[in-house]
Amino acid sequence: MKVDANNFVSVAQIAVNDPDLQEAVSLGTYNGYSKRLVAMFSNGHEHGEAMRQQAAAMRRRAIQKLPDLLELAEKNMTANGIKVLWAETAEDVRNMVLDIAKKRNAKLVAKSKSMISEEVALNHAFEENGIEVVETDLGEYIIQLNKETPSHIVMPVMHRTKREIRDLFMRELNMPFTDDAAEMTAFIRKHLRQVFVNADIGISGGNFIIAESGSLCLVTNEGNGRMVTAMPKVHIGIVGIEKVIETIEDYATLTQILPRSATGQQMTVYMQMINGPRREDEPDGPDEVYVILVDNGRSKVYATKYAEALTCIRCGACLNACPVYQVTGGHAYGWVYSGPIGAVITPALTGLENATPLPQASSLCGKCKQVCPVDIDIPRMLLDLRHELVEKGMTDKIFDVGLKAWSIGNRSPKLFIMGGAVARFGTRFLPNRLPGPLGGWTKYRDFPQFAPKPFRELWKERKKGKPS
Amino acid sequence: MYLPERPSPKGKRVSLFVTCIVDMVYPAVGMSVVDILEHLGVEIDFPENQTCCGQPGYNSGYRNDAREVALHFLRVFADADVIVVPSGSCAAMIRHEYLTLFADDPVWLPHAQRAASITWEFTEFIVQGLGITDLKLRLPQPQTFAIHDACHGLRILGLGEEARTLLANVENAALEDLKDADACCGFGGLFSVKMADVSGAMLQKKIDCINHCPAATIITGDTSCMTQMNGGLSRQKSVKRVRHIADVLAEGLKK
Ligand code: SF4
Repeated sequence: MKVDANNFVSVAQIAVNDPDLQEAVSLGTYNGYSKRLVAMFSNGHEHGEAMRQQAAAMRRRAIQKLPDLLELAEKNMTANGIKVLWAETAEDVRNMVLDIAKKRNAKLVAKSKSMISEEVALNHAFEENGIEVVETDLGEYIIQLNKETPSHIVMPVMHRTKREIRDLFMRELNMPFTDDAAEMTAFIRKHLRQVFVNADIGISGGNFIIAESGSLCLVTNEGNGRMVTAMPKVHIGIVGIEKVIETIEDYATLTQILPRSATGQQMTVYMQMINGPRREDEPDGPDEVYVILVDNGRSKVYATKYAEALTCIRCGACLNACPVYQVTGGHAYGWVYSGPIGAVITPALTGLENATPLPQASSLCGKCKQVCPVDIDIPRMLLDLRHELVEKGMTDKIFDVGLKAWSIGNRSPKLFIMGGAVARFGTRFLPNRLPGPLGGWTKYRDFPQFAPKPFRELWKERKKGKPS
Repeated sequence: MYLPERPSPKGKRVSLFVTCIVDMVYPAVGMSVVDILEHLGVEIDFPENQTCCGQPGYNSGYRNDAREVALHFLRVFADADVIVVPSGSCAAMIRHEYLTLFADDPVWLPHAQRAASITWEFTEFIVQGLGITDLKLRLPQPQTFAIHDACHGLRILGLGEEARTLLANVENAALEDLKDADACCGFGGLFSVKMADVSGAMLQKKIDCINHCPAATIITGDTSCMTQMNGGLSRQKSVKRVRHIADVLAEGLKK
């Protein structure tokens, strides 16, 4: 997927003024946020916090041991009959998948939800090669039907209201009118059944790979993940290299915290551990299982101070909790990963120059870190990225000059007092319209008048015994 | 992150860091802090060369510029035994970010660590530092309040109970709940200017909660967030206002 993150400010401005989007995203994030709270702490606050720290520790351990775990995972997956491929770039992934598709003479591909397939723009590659590809996760299906991109890593179509989705189904699929979400789902379900039966290849992502057992793990709710990985003759799992974990016990903890954080469920409806293609004595399953391990910039991030971001388990909790995401939705972030973690991952993976507004798209309120099941310090990384923007000269010159003046003014008490006097004078005349870049402030708020006497004068008077 | 041991501030002279915004825009808040601390018998000193903690530059990525301002702070407060700040955000800057700013500086890191270990947010100083929960205050008239938890005090310093405890013990003060009290008001320093529309939309959510809150007055511990919220409330002609906790407490002193 093309990175288009440098337009954050203008896309966000449209989003905050779009009533449908506001309705949909408010509701979606609120549901996600409040259900998570209940599920995470249903056994008490301490238990929930302990689970977070445990999950964080095992994800950090996995990232520390990543090179070794990847080797072990490859060895064990291969022993299980899984064909392991290594892709360095997005293009590598597309070529590998297309090669397999051509070898099998594939006409139809069924996909379950996979953010990394969006990252490498897989659907586009299929379409260019005349292969039909159908998204089978309901949210992703809607996205595909509406020719959009996902706006949330867990609920891809969070930015649309139920009304809009119904109208889309009526327009594109001749669905009879209904207001009932269950009826709409049932309609699509029937529509998709045939896809599973006819598909030559099934493509999935992967929530985790367990190194010690060589298993590809999928945590899903709709059952399409199971169909996609079991019915077609070929299954291809596309997984980022950072998704490897060490043990089955680690998986036990992570499968408890992921659904709690993502959808507020104690457990998802389906939990798969795929250990290879159909065996001789098994009635069904694919003949071939591939796992493509994708780098696409990750190993570069591994050596930086943003390596912590690689521990992300893509639960989406930080998106739901983020007051910025709650009013902008995900598209403003301009790539597959949105919200606070997107604001770190997008510049880290695709280059800071391609995403200069993202580190600024935060009030640093800290909620992302608070809700993150693996305790990623996103605010710390946003601050580091902002520092990098300054160091690399990627900031607005007006702020460079302004902050320089601020710094000089605050190193000297005399200049500080003078600055205050100027502002005191200025704000007396300009309460409703500040000049230059500060005009952003007075668009929504009045500016306070500076006090006639600063504290330091009141203090002196008080010490001298004058009334203050 | 390494956090230095925090020596007890009891019985020590307090050096007041009022913050740049209180100094210039809200000096009355600073005087309220002085009133309350004197009421508790605390000896107060105001180092007159103080300016800003450096947060605006630091949060915008201008670390070298912020470092100069932080250095000035460390020099001005070099002799302090205890530093009290009526802002969770500035206290968090000194307590946490100074350690990052001076991490690679063997000369100034010990000073930064010392400053971090003796710096207290105002309500934190009273409740945790001095161990006082009842200030023996009485408001002239009954009033209702609700608390907005400013982000850095809440999520970096872990504050929130302190203000509630102090207020609960003020006679004539009733506490109500503010919906989404821990949600950001949308200020975020230069964020409010650089991303004005997003910040404005965040502010609107906060204003809606404030307008629906049964309390007449919202209390917070940061004048910057107060400026953001009051700026919006004033623009929208709401009768509600946000006040700094020190001001409300000091009102209880008047006989
Ligand atoms: S950063 Fe944390 S909260 Fe955000 S998606 Fe990743 S794991 Fe979830």
